[in-house]
Amino acid sequence: MEAWLKIFENLDWSPLIISLKTGVVATFISFFLGIFAARKVIRATPKVKAVADGLLTLPMVLPPTVAGFFLLLIFSKRRPFGEFLYTNFDIKVVQTWLGCIIAATVIAFPLMYRNARAAFEQIDVNLVYAGRTLGMSETKIFWTVVIPTAGPGIASGTILTFARALGEYGATSMLAGNIPGKTGTVSQKIAMVIQDGDYATAGVWVVIVILIAFVIIFLMNIITGKRMKTVKRW
Amino acid sequence: MGIRIQVKKQFGEFRLNADLVSNSRRIGILGRSGCGKTMTLKAIAGIQEIDQGYIEVNDHVFVDSQKRINRKPQERRVGYLFQNYALFPTMTVTKNIMAGIGGTTAEKRSRTAEMIDKFRLRGLEDHLPGQLSGGQQQRVALARIMAYEPEVILLDEPFSALDGYLKDRLQQEMLELLAEYQGIVILVSHNRDEIYRFSEELLIMESGAILCCGKTREVFRNPQHKEAARLTGCKNIVAVNRLDDHSFEITDWGTKIISPTMLPADFNYIGYRAHDFIPIWNEDGENGIHFNLKSLAELPFEQQFFVSSKGEDICWFVQRELYKELQEKGMPRYLKIDPEKILYLQ
Repeated sequence: MEAWLKIFENLDWSPLIISLKTGVVATFISFFLGIFAARKVIRATPKVKAVADGLLTLPMVLPPTVAGFFLLLIFSKRRPFGEFLYTNFDIKVVQTWLGCIIAATVIAFPLMYRNARAAFEQIDVNLVYAGRTLGMSETKIFWTVVIPTAGPGIASGTILTFARALGEYGATSMLAGNIPGKTGTVSQKIAMVIQDGDYATAGVWVVIVILIAFVIIFLMNIITGKRMKTVKRW
Repeated sequence: MGIRIQVKKQFGEFRLNADLVSNSRRIGILGRSGCGKTMTLKAIAGIQEIDQGYIEVNDHVFVDSQKRINRKPQERRVGYLFQNYALFPTMTVTKNIMAGIGGTTAEKRSRTAEMIDKFRLRGLEDHLPGQLSGGQQQRVALARIMAYEPEVILLDEPFSALDGYLKDRLQQEMLELLAEYQGIVILVSHNRDEIYRFSEELLIMESGAILCCGKTREVFRNPQHKEAARLTGCKNIVAVNRLDDHSFEITDWGTKIISPTMLPADFNYIGYRAHDFIPIWNEDGENGIHFNLKSLAELPFEQQFFVSSKGEDICWFVQRELYKELQEKGMPRYLKIDPEKILYLQ
């Protein structure tokens, strides 16, 4: 027990901060992009829909290392786009926190997109029609009718996105690397300490991660559960 | 005031080609499911794309393909009552009613309050649609439409989801609530009672086209078309041979009808309502049909006999008083047709 406490006292909390920050930012970006993409795809013609849906879902189906490979191809300073970003805007993606965010966003985005899309597709189209015949603008219909009605689906998409972004490992390790205090996320930390044979520290991190995950899902369930009681669906 | 509509739309195998002009304030469209009546209504509201056409309501042109006019549904001021009411499930009654009102917050509030009183929704303001009964939901949907002050109200099979008892009461209620409304109301239904009760002018639709139109009572009295007669509830429709100006032959029923009045020049079918047969127990007279009883259905307020003659079966419905007579005297020798009650059809 004392050994555990000692580990806890001397723990470097930076991986947690980095992971949480990455998770929040990646979820924030995915939330809006996912909803935007879902809305566009739903309205597209069947052919465009099939292609767009495939592309947008791909990062979820591929191994994260494959996504990491492509991200490196795009953002490496030795590649045209990465070089362009670096020379013109002084933006560096590889081995930076920005890389963490991009990797987590790319991997977690499909969860938000697919959940939002499924939620939108279940909405009674007559609700949208009713809004139109009542003179409501498309934007107003979307934010006051569609989004609240799709609320539970959007919420669960957000939870899953956050969870996935929080735990991202493969693409992050390739794009952002594992620089302690800078890009060293919790999942990378766990992998690293285990390689060193330090199971005690790994165990502490595992417990922290499980607690966070559980608390988030529990809170979200309470929020969506409250709403579900009064909302009837057909 | 009035509507002029001409819409064309190809939808797979189905072709909508509806053409109608009316100056009535209460218009009914009667047709079976899938005849294109809802599609026509949606085209008026602008929530159904059409291939080509012209739509004008109260001198406002909504669609004119030739001039490339196609107004957005938001600009048409059309109130649409959906079959499932389409109330916004996450909004309270108040918010639902407020959804379509423009102007300042104070104006919105007072207009909403007015609607809540008028549609007897006091006490339900903060309820969500899911907590309301079918009738209450319908009142909210109507209140939401009325608050929007539309030029025309479209009712899409508003009673089809309700059970019998509620249906009669809600129909009456809807008539009262709509009584003050000065604009045009179009009701679409496959139910002849609803249409009869509600509309001044009746259009009958059949596979995408308007079959006939006219004053509701007139169309029911003299439907002229086979399909129209069927939709207005005529159970017996049979092919006939016109013999001369006063008589024709019904081969399927094995009889010849002699009419004291002059027959119309052009008709191939006749319709005869199931309640209009006259049972005859004594000797043969003219205009009678000999028959065999095939089956009988007992309903709360009437007996339905299905009888066969030479060919087509005949439905003969008997109401209570007559049924007592039938029980005393037994089955009649034949059924007599009253020439005055025949519907002459094309």
